[in-house]
Amino acid sequence: MPIISYREALNAALREEMQRDESVFLMGEEVGHYQGAYKVSQGLLEEFSERRVVDTPIAELGFSGVGVGAAMVGLRPIIEFMSFNFSLVAIDQIINHAAKMYQMSAGQYNIPMVFRGPSGPAVQVGAQHSQSFESYYCYVPGLKVVCPSTPADAKGLLKTAIRDDNPVVFLESELLYNATGEVPEGEHLVPFGKADIKRPGKEVTLIAWSKMVEVVLDAAKELEALGIDAEVIDPRSLRPLDTDALVESVKKTGRCVIVEVGWSMCGLGAEIAFQLQRECLDYLDAPVERVTSDDVPMPYAKNLEQEVMPQVKDIVAAVKHVLYLD
Amino acid sequence: MSSSADIRIEPDTPENLEATTEEELLPLYRTMLSIRRMEEASAKAYSVGKIGGFLHLAIGQEAVCTGAVAALRPEDYVTATYREHGHIYARGASARSILAEMWGKKTGVVKGLGGSMHMFSKELNFLGGHGIVGGHVPIGVGAAFKAKYQGEKRVSTVFFGDGSVTIGGFAEGLALAALWKLPVVFICENNQYSMGTPLHRTTAAPDLTQRALAYDMDRDRFDGDDVIKVKRRVALAVERARETNRPTLIEVRTYRFRGHSMSDPGLYRTREEVAEWKKGDPLVRAKRRLIEELGVDEDKITAIAAEVKEEIADAVRFADTSPVSDSYFPYVLKE
Repeated sequence: MPIISYREALNAALREEMQRDESVFLMGEEVGHYQGAYKVSQGLLEEFSERRVVDTPIAELGFSGVGVGAAMVGLRPIIEFMSFNFSLVAIDQIINHAAKMYQMSAGQYNIPMVFRGPSGPAVQVGAQHSQSFESYYCYVPGLKVVCPSTPADAKGLLKTAIRDDNPVVFLESELLYNATGEVPEGEHLVPFGKADIKRPGKEVTLIAWSKMVEVVLDAAKELEALGIDAEVIDPRSLRPLDTDALVESVKKTGRCVIVEVGWSMCGLGAEIAFQLQRECLDYLDAPVERVTSDDVPMPYAKNLEQEVMPQVKDIVAAVKHVLYLD
Repeated sequence: MSSSADIRIEPDTPENLEATTEEELLPLYRTMLSIRRMEEASAKAYSVGKIGGFLHLAIGQEAVCTGAVAALRPEDYVTATYREHGHIYARGASARSILAEMWGKKTGVVKGLGGSMHMFSKELNFLGGHGIVGGHVPIGVGAAFKAKYQGEKRVSTVFFGDGSVTIGGFAEGLALAALWKLPVVFICENNQYSMGTPLHRTTAAPDLTQRALAYDMDRDRFDGDDVIKVKRRVALAVERARETNRPTLIEVRTYRFRGHSMSDPGLYRTREEVAEWKKGDPLVRAKRRLIEELGVDEDKITAIAAEVKEEIADAVRFADTSPVSDSYFPYVLKE
């Protein structure tokens, strides 16, 4: 199996789906002639022309709405946000229009559409470019939310998202664009709602997605050195959420730490913790613990940024806490 | 009603633009009358609690939706606001399905899931029924994007009020349509008020079509008292869009005789002002043209009024006796 980057895997998914279905088009800032702000759309303009790789002016609300309208009447738009932070000026289209259209029209107009781009902290890009958006969008019925953590999942989930008949919020990680891994060539579809056990273990369940999977796997290695056997699960799609797989793991280990790079208050981890306590109360040997970013807008200075985000040491400490080893 | 500010930007418009015939005007008069009676019936139903939530009536503005929709082909798209009962009716939805929707019944045009503000019909290429002011403008542009993408000769029309022109969705929708040369006609129904705030307190530029200049877009501006005038002027823009992909911003000046919604007594405007605008009632004008200009027998018009009365009475009975809406889950996500 070829080893390619997360960026190349996304590019392959876009190319293959655009080859497969003429109604699929890509629209966003710098996606065409510039070849993508993060080069995810490299080469697509040359292959598919300006008709299907559409550069836009800076008008996220406008071009997101154009996507919703085009989706209502039969196209399958992929809207790229250069950063998901900019989706905030288009959130009316995502929440008020894309997510509600199928229900408001009593099933007459579905929205087969993908909103994609990098979400979460990058490196020292400051408060307005470092936010994580999964909790914002997971809140909304009518949306699906996906967060790939590996190149193979990036390709397989994006292909699934493009073929989905509903609006999908597809959250990439800028910090993962250069990450490499084995990716199947051609038809490779990863279904939504199916968690992936990244590392089997017996004593504690660690739940993480997107870039945090890497950090949690590093923590699991450190825990192994301490004689603690951790299971790591990546839900991959957050809405729908594979609650069954998470419950099964926690019933086995009896302990759980949820790690997310977003903030704690109303974060997705709080919802997962709620579902786990409801389903696993009799199996839990300790309250579910969470590791999140600190409750502050992201500072610029490198040392401060590191301090805000979940670190291996924070995860190790949380695991020790649920094992009553601290 | 006429006004010195009634400027027309269109060049080379034939002089007989507003000439008409009985065959053309009579059905349009009937449509306008049905819309008015339907909305009067809904106001009555609202007052006794058969309709809940918000109810925004377009009484006084009927010539705009009726005339504009008459300029379209069935394959063209229509996107509208929450004041859209007339638009979907003019497009072909039955009074039964519209009133049943407001009643929250299963037989409504969207099965009681949308209500007064959110009506849709795929069959009629009617794209809503939207409650976020200006948010639907880019959606109508998206329908035009698809038409051009597929090489279809279809036009997308977007209706909105004067309150929309200050919000981002309007500006971005126009900017993209002009940039990409999309077949859209933007139709601003300027009814003089954003809810209770008059135009002069919401914008420094009272000619709303000036906004088109910034996008190098064609524009037109006229009064919405005459349904034939609306149809003709919109048709010019629609055919230009169809043939050349050039979008147009149209401002039709009109007036709603009722409040913004049922909860609005309209205390921000004088009785004299309302009375003055009522002189330009599009129904009165159409009736006068039929009788005085086209020599239509008054009995014929009386007979139409009777038919419309029965049409709406039947729709009310249908809404009253239809089963309540019973399910909301199948439509959250498409399987």
